[in-house]
Amino acid sequence: MIDEIIGLYNYWVVIFLMMTGFYVVIASTNLVKKIIGLNIFQTSVFILYITMGKVADGTAPILEEGITSYSNPLPHVLILTAIVVGVATTAVGLALVVRIKEAYDTIEEDEIHDQDDSL
Amino acid sequence: MMLTIIDLTLLFFLVVIAIAVVRIKDLFAATMLLGIYSLLSASIFVTLDAVDVAFTEASVGAGISTILALSTLSLTARIEKGHPGPTWIPILVCAVTGLTLIYATFDMPWFGDPDAPIHQHVAPHYLEASAEEIDIPNVVTSVLASYRGFDTFGETVVVFTALVAVLLLLGGRKGEDNESNQNKDEGGAS
Repeated sequence: MIDEIIGLYNYWVVIFLMMTGFYVVIASTNLVKKIIGLNIFQTSVFILYITMGKVADGTAPILEEGITSYSNPLPHVLILTAIVVGVATTAVGLALVVRIKEAYDTIEEDEIHDQDDSL
Repeated sequence: MMLTIIDLTLLFFLVVIAIAVVRIKDLFAATMLLGIYSLLSASIFVTLDAVDVAFTEASVGAGISTILALSTLSLTARIEKGHPGPTWIPILVCAVTGLTLIYATFDMPWFGDPDAPIHQHVAPHYLEASAEEIDIPNVVTSVLASYRGFDTFGETVVVFTALVAVLLLLGGRKGEDNESNQNKDEGGAS
């Protein structure tokens, strides 16, 4: 039982963080807060991938004589790419928020809908 | 065992910070908490042997993201306008999705299991052959720049596209301001 909890604990925390980020994205009306929520979601996905790549008693995948067990390098590569892409998309999102602020003079979603009569 | 305890503690801190971000109304504080969140996840990456990911997360995730968010806050508003209490439909959606995902984790290989499917496919080849084929001690670098070089090229294209998009969104702004100012000037002159 304890083994199972330790074996799956990382995944459960990741899922909790993921859902926290998801909640902020769908429930918050502030656009900057939504992007912060998206970042929380994103980082939790990174932790999920890196958790899967870990080998017990393994070490960082840098080749060294006398070491036999390395963690899996493939998730590390994928997540390196994902981190950089994530920052790029965050930058685009925040730039959109700045433009919305200029056009509507607010970054609250409900006030934007009020101004547009779109909801 | 020691590593497991550190890992569990750091993950618990992450949970606390995530809850604080949800509850706090001050966007400046939320941004700072997000920076701490990134830094903590970088420490978790170190304990999980992903050192390259850790320093990318610490510099790009904790550094650049925070700067971007702070500069956005300086151009917009600092305090989030409150909405009354927690909203139940999103909580329900998140709870259902979360429980479904937790149900799915019971089929996942356990943490650190060396026989997990992920360790059986191409990863052993990278670890065994990259020293001869690429001749770089850091396997992550070999995979990133050589075996999966097209991925990295795609990443560069995405970053370039994002840069162009940001420039189009924010770069045109001054031009418009100048034009409207000029129009005003002309209007004033006539």
